Amino acid sequence: MTQITPAMVKEHGLSEAEYQKILDLMGREPSFVELGIFSVMWSEHCSYKSTRAHLKKLPTKAPWVIQGPGENAGVIDIGDGDAAIFKMESHNHPSFIEPYQGAATGVGGIMRDVFTMGARPIAMMNALRFGEPSHPKTRHLVSGVVSGIGGYGNCMGVPTVGGEVNFHPSYNGNILVNAMCVGLARQDKIFLSAAKGAGNPVVYVGSKTGRDGIHGATMASAEFDDASEEKRPTVQVGDPFTEKLLLEACLELMATDAIIAIQDMGAAGLTSSSAEMGDKGGSGIELDLDKVPQRETNMTAYEMMLSESQERMLAVLKPGREAQAEAIFKKWELDFAVIGITTDTSRLVVKHKGKVEADMPITALSDAAPIYERPYTERKPMAGEPAYDKSKGVLASLKTILASPDMASRRWVWEQYDHTVMSDTVQVPGGDAAVVRIHGTGKALAITTDVTPRYCRPDPFEGGKQAVAEAWRNLTAVGALPLAVTDNLNYGNPQKPEIMWEIVAGIDGIGAACRALDFPVIGGNCSLYNETNGEGILPTPAIGAVGLMKDVTKMATVAFKRAGDVIILIGETKGHLGQSIYLREIEGREEGASPKVDLAIEKKHGDFVRRLIETGRVDTVHDVSDGGLAVAIAEMAMPRGIGASVGIAGLPDAIPFWFGEDQARYVIAAPFAEAEKIVAEATAASITVAELGKTGGDRITLDDKDSVAVAELKAGFENWFPNFMAGEEIPVTN
Amino acid sequence: MKSAVIVFPASNCDRDAKVALEQMTGKTPAMVWHQDSELPDVDLVVLPGGFSYGDYLRCGAMASQSAVMRSVKAHADKGGMVLGICNGFQVLTESHMLPGALMRNAALKFVCKPVGLEVQETQSGFTRKYENGQRVTFPVAHGEGSYFADEDTLDRLEGENRVAFRYAKGENPNGSARNIAGILSEKRNVLGLMPHPERVVDDVLGGTDGRGLFQSLIEALS
Repeated sequence: MTQITPAMVKEHGLSEAEYQKILDLMGREPSFVELGIFSVMWSEHCSYKSTRAHLKKLPTKAPWVIQGPGENAGVIDIGDGDAAIFKMESHNHPSFIEPYQGAATGVGGIMRDVFTMGARPIAMMNALRFGEPSHPKTRHLVSGVVSGIGGYGNCMGVPTVGGEVNFHPSYNGNILVNAMCVGLARQDKIFLSAAKGAGNPVVYVGSKTGRDGIHGATMASAEFDDASEEKRPTVQVGDPFTEKLLLEACLELMATDAIIAIQDMGAAGLTSSSAEMGDKGGSGIELDLDKVPQRETNMTAYEMMLSESQERMLAVLKPGREAQAEAIFKKWELDFAVIGITTDTSRLVVKHKGKVEADMPITALSDAAPIYERPYTERKPMAGEPAYDKSKGVLASLKTILASPDMASRRWVWEQYDHTVMSDTVQVPGGDAAVVRIHGTGKALAITTDVTPRYCRPDPFEGGKQAVAEAWRNLTAVGALPLAVTDNLNYGNPQKPEIMWEIVAGIDGIGAACRALDFPVIGGNCSLYNETNGEGILPTPAIGAVGLMKDVTKMATVAFKRAGDVIILIGETKGHLGQSIYLREIEGREEGASPKVDLAIEKKHGDFVRRLIETGRVDTVHDVSDGGLAVAIAEMAMPRGIGASVGIAGLPDAIPFWFGEDQARYVIAAPFAEAEKIVAEATAASITVAELGKTGGDRITLDDKDSVAVAELKAGFENWFPNFMAGEEIPVTN
Repeated sequence: MKSAVIVFPASNCDRDAKVALEQMTGKTPAMVWHQDSELPDVDLVVLPGGFSYGDYLRCGAMASQSAVMRSVKAHADKGGMVLGICNGFQVLTESHMLPGALMRNAALKFVCKPVGLEVQETQSGFTRKYENGQRVTFPVAHGEGSYFADEDTLDRLEGENRVAFRYAKGENPNGSARNIAGILSEKRNVLGLMPHPERVVDDVLGGTDGRGLFQSLIEALS
């Protein structure tokens, strides 16, 4: 047996204290295979050891929550016996090293998490953060990630309906690729991962196992340095063709009643899938690795247990149903093998070539995994109102902002994704939220992903709140009732107290907003150690959220639709310029306090706006967020080239009014008679409301004075991304 | 009108084709697995969009060799109608049921967006309900849709009025020769096109321009 040395323990990412705990749990020195299994199961990626204590504080329950965190994905009740199943997950580290395959396998992995529960995936979203545009690697990474997402999702035939793209220098060495999948199932056909009962066959289906991705989960739990690119062999290679077959075969098998439990082999592959299934079912699992379909010769037990080869599933069947299952997988030309059996020993036993390579209590891998209350150092949120040059013209700044990296159209990205396959996409990318009809019904799901990372470093708590509030607002703005969220928490190294505080405060902010908005967290993923050479990313707690529309014909979009509509602003504008897009793009500074979210007001305003849409009174709504009111109005004008004349009497200072990023605001456009009623009703409900002007013409006119052609704004807005990707010189801003 | 939709491994617009046929004809098409060597008794066979065999080797190349394609060819030889959409068009050229080939898009990127088309030829069972020169909008969603054929073949296609759909001026999304979006076979009973008419038969999804194609088929086959 291989002697375990301190160097081997260190290479496996385990601390001395953790190794001592392993010795105590095992009562002996672990074998090399056992050490490998501990290392992946106790990695940050699999065990959530730094965050678990804090994640417990999130609200996870509501009458419509069928399955909260802890399974492959969360499940909510969307009426009529239907369930929506969704989750968001990061694939940050692999995507930086090999962007195409990293992003592609991220998409494949999150789809498996959803269809392993019995759902057909119906929509994909992705939240992407890249380094500054002028960084030499950015263009290469954007190109690779976008084609990887498209390459995988398009082949699967699942529409990719939206997401986010941000650029910031803090991501120069650590890009973020967070993919979200939403699936649809019947409530009585949801599959879980608990391998209950002894003597049941454990079957392996899908692709063969190779040597790819060994220790991916461990890599995802460490900081990067200059040698990280040498880790390219630990990035897996995706095969969407096999995954499409696996999806159809699994759904076909799920239509029978042969399955007891099923789980995809994601991070840490065979190890985590078998350990988690045994753990949840309270049973043991015995694996015979000689039976595992192998792509390469002479693979060791260590390699097979730690391989992250893609497109594989592990299932526990009812005894005697093997032949029925095998016939389905043979039809889809996929590998099928009985590789083990469940036992009543609560132990994970791994045999290979007649030798027992691992024999360990399953609880040692799950419950006994370390949990850290890591120390954190509180930092005062940044405060203050930043100064700005009052002489700058509003419309010139608007034009600059619309053609800036974070605000320009993402059409270049989403036109590479098939967003209309499955013929249910009712609202395509580019609006406040994507809307996908529930097949064969008049209902629909609205989906969004949101976070404003530049708010989260100055004030992690308010930033966490704001991410949830904006997601809730975006769902509301299309007319959906927000139901639940999945969080994807991307942070730096939790062993640094100042980073740990960002994590703790961010989770607290998310929790506060989710509680106030009745918006439970039903699943999520943490990606820590997003640091390169000691430089951490902006805290980026991405929120993926889903809402329900009972009648898809009552939907709002951002586009102005008629000339002569009255433009109404719901919500109070104090003119908050701290950490705003305006301050960064026009003044060249990231300063001041992040905007505060008043959750009670957020809820009041959102409920008011949603009722107007649900009752068919309003079809044109946009939430006000990045870039403020001026940007919101421009975004409503550009889709159809319908202009607007706007202004407000007695404005002391134009810049904060038009570009401030105060929260809980919406812009509505409605015909005159309806608009008058809306203003009266809002006033009666003590909601701050203002008439800003009227739609019409092909220009945006301010205070009857200055104006700019909508077409001119649109040219800058649409051209930035294609020009950037075509390799045009990017001016260094400020 | 009786129809069948062929399902290859990794076809992914098979359900969309089925739903559009159901909605337009009131009848559910037969879903035929690629390994079935016999077709049911149908008037129309649809080869749907997708990534048959993962687009490995060349788009449509492996599907063209599958068992069911022999029956699809026999169906067309007898005058039966065949509609190939997107990957289905690629399968038709790879099977030599239509001339030419579909190459990588000129921009080397997958493209999904609505594009303006002109109906160029209404003398066919697929297009008779449109007006000649009618402008319609169908979405495209493909990475390999750039139609290519030698000059003689292109001249012949145009001379025989076999270009059914052309990308409107300024709308060619992939660099197709002579803006060709869809072509007919010599006997005019096989149509291959890259844009997706089956995605625009429902008002809620932002357009109904695809209905004309299905209405043409219903009229031609009833």
